[in-house]
Amino acid sequence: MSTWLITVGLLAAAAAAYLLSLFKARATVKGEVSKLHSRLGYYGSYAAIWTILPALLITFIWTAAEPQVIRSLVEKDLPQSVQSQPDALKSLALGRIASVAEGLPKLSEDEFKVVEKARLGFAPMTDAQNILQEKGVVLGSTPEPYVISAGYDQVIYKQNSRWMITGIAALLAVLGFAYSYFSIRPRLKARNTVENVVLGTLIAASTVAILTTVGIVFSVLFETIHFFSEVPPAEFFFGTVWDPRFTSVGRELSGAEGQFGLIPLLWGTLFISFVALLVAVPIGLFAAIYMSEYAGPKLRGFAKPVLEILAGIPTIVYGLFALVTFGPFLRDTGDLIGLDIAASSVLTAGIVMGIMIIPFVSSLSDDIISSVPQALREGSYGLGATKSETIKKVVLPAALPGIVGAVMLAASRAIGETMIVVLAAGIAANLTLNPFEPVTTITVKIVSQLTGDLEFNSPQTLVAFALGLTLFAITLVLNIYALYIVRKYREQYD
Amino acid sequence: MDQQVATPASSAIIRSAVDDPKVTSKDVCVFYGEKQALFDVNLDVPRNAVTALIGPSGCGKSTYLRCINRMNDTIPIARVTGEIKIDGQDIYDPDLDVVELRARVGMVFQKPNPFPKSIFDNIAYGPRIHGLVRDKTDLDELVSESLERAGLWNEVKDRLHEPGTGLSGGQQQRLCIARAIATKPDVILMDEPCSALDPIATAKVEELMLELRQNYTIMIVTHSMAQAQRVADKTAFFHIGYMVEYGDTKQIFEDPQDKRTQDYIFGRFG
Repeated sequence: MSTWLITVGLLAAAAAAYLLSLFKARATVKGEVSKLHSRLGYYGSYAAIWTILPALLITFIWTAAEPQVIRSLVEKDLPQSVQSQPDALKSLALGRIASVAEGLPKLSEDEFKVVEKARLGFAPMTDAQNILQEKGVVLGSTPEPYVISAGYDQVIYKQNSRWMITGIAALLAVLGFAYSYFSIRPRLKARNTVENVVLGTLIAASTVAILTTVGIVFSVLFETIHFFSEVPPAEFFFGTVWDPRFTSVGRELSGAEGQFGLIPLLWGTLFISFVALLVAVPIGLFAAIYMSEYAGPKLRGFAKPVLEILAGIPTIVYGLFALVTFGPFLRDTGDLIGLDIAASSVLTAGIVMGIMIIPFVSSLSDDIISSVPQALREGSYGLGATKSETIKKVVLPAALPGIVGAVMLAASRAIGETMIVVLAAGIAANLTLNPFEPVTTITVKIVSQLTGDLEFNSPQTLVAFALGLTLFAITLVLNIYALYIVRKYREQYD
Repeated sequence: MDQQVATPASSAIIRSAVDDPKVTSKDVCVFYGEKQALFDVNLDVPRNAVTALIGPSGCGKSTYLRCINRMNDTIPIARVTGEIKIDGQDIYDPDLDVVELRARVGMVFQKPNPFPKSIFDNIAYGPRIHGLVRDKTDLDELVSESLERAGLWNEVKDRLHEPGTGLSGGQQQRLCIARAIATKPDVILMDEPCSALDPIATAKVEELMLELRQNYTIMIVTHSMAQAQRVADKTAFFHIGYMVEYGDTKQIFEDPQDKRTQDYIFGRFG
């Protein structure tokens, strides 16, 4: 049976176990439920957990291990000629066998006979290939006899494996149910067990999240180390020229290595982020001050979510807006006043990105300004200060650390932003101070290095991981520092 | 006793008349939205004296205090009717600038609320806003004078540029008093100024009130009847929105007339 069917079966078994145990628990105290250690439902859940959990765990482990095990079993039986081939060819052969094994169970009896004849050499192998092709199995060339027979083996292994796991799961479910059912006594601490399982589930969920993060970091880290074994770190971190020589052919022809200087990309990233903050900080902050200090509850209740919708617009849409509307607009406006502004420029990307991060600044600042204690405002009013004096001289200084934190979170958003800059910043790695010229960013280069038609092991591709890790490190440091500031600020008034 | 029907305003017992009052209130009512929090308060507050407002929680004494510097204006749903005059000037007159009023009527709050600035800047805040000083020398002088009057100078003179939030609770409260004094008010309102302080700090603040009385008209809301007896010349008793009885402190505490005042003062409810 498939894993899915086993799961459904186990669920049904668990439901039955739940009900049976419920009756038994009630029976042990002759209906006086208050004599039980736990509430009635916990006894049901206790039995259900014992029925389903061990069986389900083993099923999942089995299912995860199954393909590997079958593959190695099939591989072991391959003819010597195939065994001695290099790994890449061997894995190709195994892939063909797996495809055949997919197709075999779909054959009718007559068709199967044809395939069998072909395998034994009584019929042309192309017949077998055609029949399999009709069943959706596409083989690049006519299969060798050993491929077909190994395909048989694989089908058999697979079937045996499914029967075994179905049996094991059923056995475990029965054993688990029996154990729990016969251990039901009035003093059984069913609640404690159930709650431990709940706790375990919660821990498992958070562990998955953390482990995923760690896994991502390590996978990027290993590729980065790989990259640095080909390009010295000093050249990467301090190089001022970005010229990766896109194809390895080009590299061979020109006889020169590519140059992977981070500095122009980092500069472009920081420059665009700076422009974005220049746009977002004043607008976001003023909006936050208005929202938290002046706006009435009705307006605030309406305007705040609307402002936050800005954060919900997919960044690719911002990118399109920058590319199609805003960039050309800036260029034409520049023409009118005699400025030479490229349609894809620091300014275009920076301003559009700034609009995107306004809600990050405004929403967080709003919360922080609102959390400045009312007592401080009253103290200031009591001394005869007006509202704006109070905001300027008391509320904002008190909220400043938190606002700085909010701005830094927005900055890390801007630095990691991809789609807007891919569309609106350009791809030329310029080291320029002129905001009207195109530059490129770390994220843009990650995209372009990975979407090219390159062999995966070349430094041209691997550099993307080094860039990614650098970006991750920068935003991580910014985030940690921002959170530290915000937290410190919160403590001050709690 | 709780069932006792509140007597109408006209029946408030005024035990002793006040000549030449500093603050006069006539039929002051306060509404928070639909709910009326204060009913027809008539009260004459003597100048250069301490007047205590006492009563159980929710009786309206803080609400009344906050009318006198129009602090209730900062609550959008609050509405005040009636008439309050300081030195004969109607403070709810539309022509009157609330900023000027608040400079003349200082306020000290229940919880010390120094600004997150240096001690010096805390004191200099009001004078700077109102342009009370011409130059740095003037400002230095005003700051030290205010701190001296608040009895804090000797404790903080060497650390004027450290944050005011770093002081102890009692020192913070005296800093807030010094901050109020610095704008040269003639009335100081204190809303339970000692409720967050320990007994020693409380004693210092009370001592300060008695000293300040010579130059300022002080109104204090307090939950401590002992404190009212120690510092106040006059005492007014409030009960669920009504001013019930008002007179010399001695009269109120030794010989209360109204049943509700008696119950409160002799600890029979609340």
